[in-house]
Amino acid sequence: MQSPQIFSFHGGIHPPENKVQSLQLPLGKPSLPRELVLPLGQHIGQASRPLVEVGAHVKKGQAIAINNGFLSSFLHAPTSGTIQAIESRPVAHPSGLSDICIILTPDNADEWTELEPLNDWQSVSKTDVLAFLAEKGIIGMGGAGFPTHVKLQGAHKHPLTHFIINAAECEPYITADDMLIREKTLELILGIEILQHLVEADNVVIGIEDNKPTAIAALQQVIRERQSSIQVAVVPTKYPSGGEKQLIKLLTDKEVPSGQYPADIGILCQNVGTCVSVYEAIQFGRPLISRFTTLTGDALKAPQNVEVLLGTPIDHLLDYADIEDKKLSRLVMGGPMMGFTLDSANVPVVKTTNCVLAATKKELPPPNPEQACIRCGMCEQACPASLLPQQLLWFSKSQEHEKAEHYNLFDCIECGACSYVCPSSIPLVQYYRHTKAEIRDAREAAVKSDIAKQRFEARKARHEAEAAEKEAKRLARQGAAKPAAKKPAKPAPEKAAAAAAPVADDAAKKAKVDLAITKAKLKKLEKALLEAQEKEHTEEISALQLQVDAVKKDIADLEAKVAAAPAPAASKPAAPALSDEAKKAKVDVALASTKLKKAQKQLAEDPDNQELKDKVAGIAADLKAAEEKFDKLGGNTKAAPAATAKPVLSDEAKKAKVDVALASTKLKKAQKQLAEDPDNAEIKAKVEGFEKDLKEAETRFAKLDSAAAAAPAAKPAMSDEYKKAKVDVALASTKLKKVQKQLTEDPDNAELKAKAADFEKSLKEAEARLASLDTAPADQATPAAKPAMSDAYKKAKVDVALASTKLKKLQKQLAEDEQNSELQGKVVEFEKNLKDAEARLAALEAPTAAPADNAAPAVDEDALRKLKIDAAIAKAAVKKAEKALAKAVELGSEDQDSLEQQVSKAKARAEELEQALQNGGQVINKPAEANSNGSDDAEFKERLKKQKVAAALAKAQVNKLKRQLDADPSAESLQQELSAAEQKQQEEEAKLEQLTNTQENR
Amino acid sequence: MALLRITSPHTHRAGQRTSWVMQMVILATVPGLLVQTWLFGYGTLINLVIAGITALLSEALILKLRNRPIGFFLKDYSALLTAVLLALALPPTVPWWLTVTAVAFSVIFAKQVYGGLGNNPFNPAMVGYAICLVSFPVLMTQWIGASDLIQAGATPSFADSLAAIFGTLPSVDSYTMATPLDAFKHKEGMMSSEAFASIAGLQDANLSSWMFVNLAYLVGGLALIALRIITWHTPVAMLASLALISGLFYIIDPSNAASPVFHLTSGAAMLGAFFIATDPVSSCTSNRGKLVYGAGIGILVYVIRTWGGYPDGVAFGVLLMNFAAPLIDYYTQPRAYGHKKAKKGLTIGGEK
Repeated sequence: MQSPQIFSFHGGIHPPENKVQSLQLPLGKPSLPRELVLPLGQHIGQASRPLVEVGAHVKKGQAIAINNGFLSSFLHAPTSGTIQAIESRPVAHPSGLSDICIILTPDNADEWTELEPLNDWQSVSKTDVLAFLAEKGIIGMGGAGFPTHVKLQGAHKHPLTHFIINAAECEPYITADDMLIREKTLELILGIEILQHLVEADNVVIGIEDNKPTAIAALQQVIRERQSSIQVAVVPTKYPSGGEKQLIKLLTDKEVPSGQYPADIGILCQNVGTCVSVYEAIQFGRPLISRFTTLTGDALKAPQNVEVLLGTPIDHLLDYADIEDKKLSRLVMGGPMMGFTLDSANVPVVKTTNCVLAATKKELPPPNPEQACIRCGMCEQACPASLLPQQLLWFSKSQEHEKAEHYNLFDCIECGACSYVCPSSIPLVQYYRHTKAEIRDAREAAVKSDIAKQRFEARKARHEAEAAEKEAKRLARQGAAKPAAKKPAKPAPEKAAAAAAPVADDAAKKAKVDLAITKAKLKKLEKALLEAQEKEHTEEISALQLQVDAVKKDIADLEAKVAAAPAPAASKPAAPALSDEAKKAKVDVALASTKLKKAQKQLAEDPDNQELKDKVAGIAADLKAAEEKFDKLGGNTKAAPAATAKPVLSDEAKKAKVDVALASTKLKKAQKQLAEDPDNAEIKAKVEGFEKDLKEAETRFAKLDSAAAAAPAAKPAMSDEYKKAKVDVALASTKLKKVQKQLTEDPDNAELKAKAADFEKSLKEAEARLASLDTAPADQATPAAKPAMSDAYKKAKVDVALASTKLKKLQKQLAEDEQNSELQGKVVEFEKNLKDAEARLAALEAPTAAPADNAAPAVDEDALRKLKIDAAIAKAAVKKAEKALAKAVELGSEDQDSLEQQVSKAKARAEELEQALQNGGQVINKPAEANSNGSDDAEFKERLKKQKVAAALAKAQVNKLKRQLDADPSAESLQQELSAAEQKQQEEEAKLEQLTNTQENR
Repeated sequence: MALLRITSPHTHRAGQRTSWVMQMVILATVPGLLVQTWLFGYGTLINLVIAGITALLSEALILKLRNRPIGFFLKDYSALLTAVLLALALPPTVPWWLTVTAVAFSVIFAKQVYGGLGNNPFNPAMVGYAICLVSFPVLMTQWIGASDLIQAGATPSFADSLAAIFGTLPSVDSYTMATPLDAFKHKEGMMSSEAFASIAGLQDANLSSWMFVNLAYLVGGLALIALRIITWHTPVAMLASLALISGLFYIIDPSNAASPVFHLTSGAAMLGAFFIATDPVSSCTSNRGKLVYGAGIGILVYVIRTWGGYPDGVAFGVLLMNFAAPLIDYYTQPRAYGHKKAKKGLTIGGEK
């Protein structure tokens, strides 16, 4: 048997060994103590769960606590007796804290439970053997107390080159392993053979320091007798050669990579005590209930090694070793280099207690006062991890945690060699422990704040969803009120429909809310994904991508559901489909208006945000479209009182619609991707493909829809054309929007401009076509009520829309280029045009409203809505003008006066419109008052709206002042104004809140 | 039973405290001190007394001003070590006020003002030395000559040394002559061989005096290495680089350059290598860093001796490398256990 090659590791120290004292006496066996205290957490990982109850009688070796999770262990009764209590007791831990312990009172019978050895360990599966070891409570007895079965399982990750048995025992004073090897040499070798069978390593080496000649001789003799292939590597005595990493370096010349485990480089280390207990567990079925412990120190008259039952209180052992209480100054569990002091001797022996050092003052004198570090570098020469302790001390003291980490603070094994050699008596290890703890705390705090952020975002999303739900409910209430009001005018079957509709409506709403929630989730996920991509966390990226995909799928599903939700209502008799659709349109309107309000609010808070402005404009357009649709549907309902059920065909239409929705979702997604990565040809192609799909789907839908419409016979084929025209309009407008968006991103692109102009033209054409078609059915449907005049009306409307679009565009340009006087002139011109067009429209509307009177309150409503929109536009104009004014003030421009005039004019107009709106509302409400209390509602709504406007105005004022103040922070008058304005804003907002609350309470 | 509760480790190396380290370094200068006194008279010893008293007084004064425990810090012997090193480096005949100035400046400005022991970026003794060298160049370059070469024909007696130091000896010039380095520097275009043949300061007697002094410091330095108070890295790197660069120029131009042996055995080569450059506080801290640091000093010493304005360059060489030490430290971290390569540079958190 040749002895293997020995390498060396950097640093290390040679403290006085002091091992002789405890080897003078043979192995002692203390008597049973009065009680045994068995902490539930004797190992690394989860504390065990008690299996017994207080008062129960247990036999020796009976399991009294079971593992609690994967990284946990069993606990057994060290002797027979009664469970006296399960309570908190002081335990052997550096913190000096208490922990839950099982208290066992021995009955002195020492009666074994029935033990079941695992005799066929060579034939049963290794997993079974590991499970058996786990049940026997075997953990690493070297110091950390890592559950052995877990460690062995981890060893299978890589093929093992070395199975190292750690018998170095480098700490001064401790001789427990030395004594164990001498006493149980054969058991140790057999235990190693069992473990070798489990792990199948290429080399099995016992690493032992050369200060244990008796143990080495005993080992070599047994190995020779058994002709075993186990090698004994005798390493020179140097602290800390018994450190796992250092022993690996000594025996294999390999280093465990920082932050990894020995198993990662194909090495497994086991302590000798563990090997012996594995043997005893498998051979005799004996669980881990006792261990070898060194009792030493000058305060003991009879220092010795003892085989002691777990849970034996230390004071019992000290008494056994004849302690001289007067001499004792420091009681250390473990060795003098890495052990920890005990407050009192009433803590129990646990599975990892290898030494109890009862030292006198002379033996372990109190440390000298700390002196200045002179960077002598002795610590560096002693450090077994090749660190620069002197630099780490510097960084620890100055709390430069990043630098400390950079200097590999976390590779410090806290062996204490640096403190030992420090001529200035600096407690270096304590500094490092503290800094490590601080860094860990900081990391945990960072994780916590991340979680808090996530929670906050989830809360926000939830609140948004709740708000949407509330809004939907409110609308549902209103919707329910309206059909009721119309009830007498309608035939009986309608009533049933009205009752049936809300059911379907509810489902739709729920789906919609779900959709909103899911969408919020998606947004959050996408944000996280983006962050991860920025920080290049590869693992997170893939995980997040998966989540995003899943959520997107959910959204698509939900959208389909939302689209399909009203479908069941369609199969119901008595004109359900139409009214259903109307409801949906109404919900759309409500949602759009909510969105608009929200966006406007955001805009008021952040008036410079161009993105928000665009959004507001977009939503306003959506809202208009939705309103129009709703109006039309409402009109249809009235116009087609045929009320016969729509044919099966309608179902197909629904399907087509779902397709449209899906296609549009896909398209949107692709466009979004494209926006993120504009050069990606693949995505572009995809977008085009989706666009085509969408178009197809839309066409199909339009066809089906028109067919469905044609079925009731009220509408001729012409309607088909109408639909087509509408689709064209929509397409053209979409295209236009896209191009305009591109144009804003790249304003100098002449090609894009040309395109935009083209699209505008086509849009106009399509709109004109639509208008002409629109009038036709109107003529047919209500031949008497609406004459050709309606045509003029529509045209005027188109004019208004066009003028307003142009105006918006110009204003946008103006915002980008404020000094351009030409543009300003144009804006004014267009504003005039718009006003003209609006006036024309109003004039046209007036006669429409007059004859409609009682029969068509809808028209009135229409006018009111228009008025409202006008008011909103005027308000926007006011805001814009105010903004321009603010900017002008900021820039010190000369047109300040003219701008101020504009503002006042715009304000005046806004107020006028507001007034008109109110009047109109009252006018409309008057006839309604007769049969419902809706007028109250409307009036209230009006007040609410006004209050909202007032709040927004106050806010705008505050913002304006703030901005001015920013520009000129010393102006006291501004500050006063600001505080006044803020107060006003608060008042307004308080009022608004009150109103909102009242409204919600209704 | 009030048990002590402190964290590990519970045992410490007995006796080897900072004061012990300082004492050992002071003791290691004894061979050099004895040889210097033997060859150049009692001036060094008298300077040592003056320097020691000044150092302790100024340290105590500043500690009092800083409200620090005076006894605790005086007992660390660091001020005394600074005084000893300065006394050895100053010429034996310098007036007493110059020694006082140099030592007081070292202790007060180069050390205590920065926060006391462990916080000074520059070697205190060399700061004091450099200040005096710049301020009083003539006094600082007057050195006693070998006895059989000078007018007086013997080393100055104790009385003469005292008289010279306290400014009452008019004939101090009769004892002094240029040091070999000074003489070689001012050979005024002579060939090396001519200079060694004709200039008084370059006579064998003078050269061997300096060689004995340097050898004595070498002995003391080796003792420090044996005691593990210093590591071999700095002195070996410094002497090796000095030998290498002087050897290189000697091979290129033997007629004008001096031999490596001349450079290694004259001036403060050994004192600098083992006692000055190894000051742990102001030098590099990792072993690799010490190599770079020492090599830098060796090169600077040769550069200053050969092309600079002063005959010897240890003080300036050490001070210049003190400037560079923190930077060198950043780039010479050792490879820690379990890491494939050493971390380097100023950026934090590059490798995780």
